[in-house]
Amino acid sequence: MTPLTPRRRLLILVVAVLLLGGLGTGLVLNAASRDAKEKQPQAGAPVVAPSGRVSLTPTGRLDFLNAVKGPHLDEVVSVPAADPGSARTPSGVTCLRFYSAAGTGVCLQSSPGAVAQSNRALILDPDLRTLHTFPLAGTPSRARVSPSGHLAAWTVFVGGESYGAAFFSTRTSIVDTRTWQLTPSLEAFAITLDGSSYHATDINFWGVTFAADDDTFYATLGTGGHTYLVRGSIARHTVTTLTQNVECPSLSPDGTRIAFKRRVMAGAALWHEYTIDLRTMKQTPLAESRSVDDQATWLDDRTVAYALPTDGTVGSQDLWSVPADGTGKPQLVAPGAFSPAPAR
Amino acid sequence: MYLADRSAPAEAGAGGRVGRARWAVSSTVLALGTVSLITDVSSEMVTAVLPLYLVAGLGLSPLGFGTLDGVYNGVSALVQLAGGHIADRVRNHKLIAGLGYGLSALCKPLLLLAHSVGPLGVVLALERTGKGLRTSPRDALISLSTPPESRGRAFGVHRAMDTAGAVLGPVVAFLILRVAVDGYDAVFGVSACVAALGVLVLVLFVPGKGKGTGTAEPQAQAQVPSDAEPDPADPADPVTKQPVNLREAFGLLRVPRLRALTGCAMLLGLTTVSDAFVYLLLQRRVGLSEEWFPLLPLGTALVFLLMAVPLGALADRIGRRLVFLAGHAVLLVAYALLLWIPSTPALPYLVLALHGLFYAATDGVLPAAVADVVPEQLRASGLALVGTGQALARFCCSLAFGAAWTVWGDGPALAGSAIGLLCCAVVAAVVLRPSPASPRIAP
Repeated sequence: MTPLTPRRRLLILVVAVLLLGGLGTGLVLNAASRDAKEKQPQAGAPVVAPSGRVSLTPTGRLDFLNAVKGPHLDEVVSVPAADPGSARTPSGVTCLRFYSAAGTGVCLQSSPGAVAQSNRALILDPDLRTLHTFPLAGTPSRARVSPSGHLAAWTVFVGGESYGAAFFSTRTSIVDTRTWQLTPSLEAFAITLDGSSYHATDINFWGVTFAADDDTFYATLGTGGHTYLVRGSIARHTVTTLTQNVECPSLSPDGTRIAFKRRVMAGAALWHEYTIDLRTMKQTPLAESRSVDDQATWLDDRTVAYALPTDGTVGSQDLWSVPADGTGKPQLVAPGAFSPAPAR
Repeated sequence: MYLADRSAPAEAGAGGRVGRARWAVSSTVLALGTVSLITDVSSEMVTAVLPLYLVAGLGLSPLGFGTLDGVYNGVSALVQLAGGHIADRVRNHKLIAGLGYGLSALCKPLLLLAHSVGPLGVVLALERTGKGLRTSPRDALISLSTPPESRGRAFGVHRAMDTAGAVLGPVVAFLILRVAVDGYDAVFGVSACVAALGVLVLVLFVPGKGKGTGTAEPQAQAQVPSDAEPDPADPADPVTKQPVNLREAFGLLRVPRLRALTGCAMLLGLTTVSDAFVYLLLQRRVGLSEEWFPLLPLGTALVFLLMAVPLGALADRIGRRLVFLAGHAVLLVAYALLLWIPSTPALPYLVLALHGLFYAATDGVLPAAVADVVPEQLRASGLALVGTGQALARFCCSLAFGAAWTVWGDGPALAGSAIGLLCCAVVAAVVLRPSPASPRIAP
């Protein structure tokens, strides 16, 4: 190879900088224009039409986050629970995760800051006005409100090492919206695992679901490569394991069963949706054959809803439901929808 | 000898005058620093948006990655060892470093194609393999292009540029996400372009086989004309002439000074609590608000990048051993502050500043010290040996620290690490005391 003169090297560099810079700029502009285009209403997509205000007070409606590209992407929208396919009423509030019960909403948001993501949890009143904002240490993952609307919980992913290391842990917080007393991390709770006291540094909690008594909750505890279903008491600051291989529990409205995702094979990111009867601890696989990576929501005492990625569309999710007794087959509740919250 | 050495970097076009040469670094170091800066911008762009991309973009939970982390770390350390030895064996550090940078660059566009946890995990593992592969040959190139008495500074310049890239990466990524909401594909695409530019700068501006490798040796210097590209097969080049095999690489373990350095690096690594734990301790024990947590690594990085050059230069002047040990003493003070928790609002800043100082005083100073005791033809192998030993020791420390935290709680675990660090630092101070043969350059 003939040696390159310094001038020639510089020339190659300048050309490469121009080419790569042009390519990079093109990619950004393309993404920006696509973003702008997606802000326009899409043909053939479910209609999002401003028709009155969204309210979280119980009215037999179903609220969820709108995943349909357009001006109302990621907004809390509302539809009649009996006709979820009808036009969606937008609220103007955008979230990454959303849940509500008894007029209290929790909305997890994330936006790019100057040097790091800026994440926060908003507690919303029935008119979706922000009552309180909590900063979050990481990327939003799960959100729940107790049936009474008094307690709210959320789980975030916290990244560890900065240097290209894929290290993640979860942090789960609970707040009492009457006193604004915050439990920053469930990791401070005393753990009883298989009957004895347990300590470890690799403890992760995620996916809280509340019982009706404003004290009992269920959640996932991950430690030592296993996941457990735990029952906890907020007043006593304790959790107790009930059974293994249960993630993202969701308590039925009557408080007798929990819908959850069960890992199909250790190490693989594949889950099957089940329900477990809390009296008999009997597990029932639901008639959904696809992998469910979501915290399910009970639409009523017989039906469980969950989001699945839309086939062939990166970044979009559809809302599905399936009978909670293992019979029937999955039904599409609403395309381009996730984080459902039935207003009962 | 020193006169000849001082003129070496000037030959590489950085200073031009003998008097300034001590304070300038060779163009090779600047080129490698630029490559690292560009590459770090590229990889940290991805790291910064990855959690959000997984959750918001793909609807996945990133927890699945945590379990593989230990495996990645082990593999990366072993790849580093292999990369160092292969670089010596093929006698072409630039080639192996280039392959490492190239592999990481290729992974960036692959990110656009991987839409589930499994393939993404594979791509990230490959990315890290590239990083493991390039580290030792790159450090070897830095040491081989710099005379012994300015290596601390040269490594300092490289580490400062490298860290600057790591700080800039997230800024660029979040700028793109502001222009294009959900523009993760644009972030990965731009990251790929940036990575490609890094590889190109390496190919164009880092001297290849043979060139620049003789600057530390006056004899080689005399034989290699400054501006000519030496023939790789040139029998006059002492570096390329000697074959290197595995046995010779293992023979490095018989070099007493290198054994001492490797041992001390591992010993100190065993008591160096990993960054993730330091930030966790800082947040838990000081009670920092949640929103500060993601910004903690930035504090360390800023101090590291500001102080890497001055402390590297200081190491050249007063001795690498002293600065290296002082760095660990600074870390010890940081541990003590975390144990003591004085009630001052300045505490988090102080701990992060000390943490950054620790990196500035050790991260580049150690390879500079290693380079002094490893012969040129085995330079990358020697650097890899110490680097791998240190990485594995730190990994063991993470496991042990986690276990200690579990059993005793965070305070006692940290106290244990602090006592361990103190003992290891004393042992290192004794073991690394200057031998009469190399009074000044010695670590």
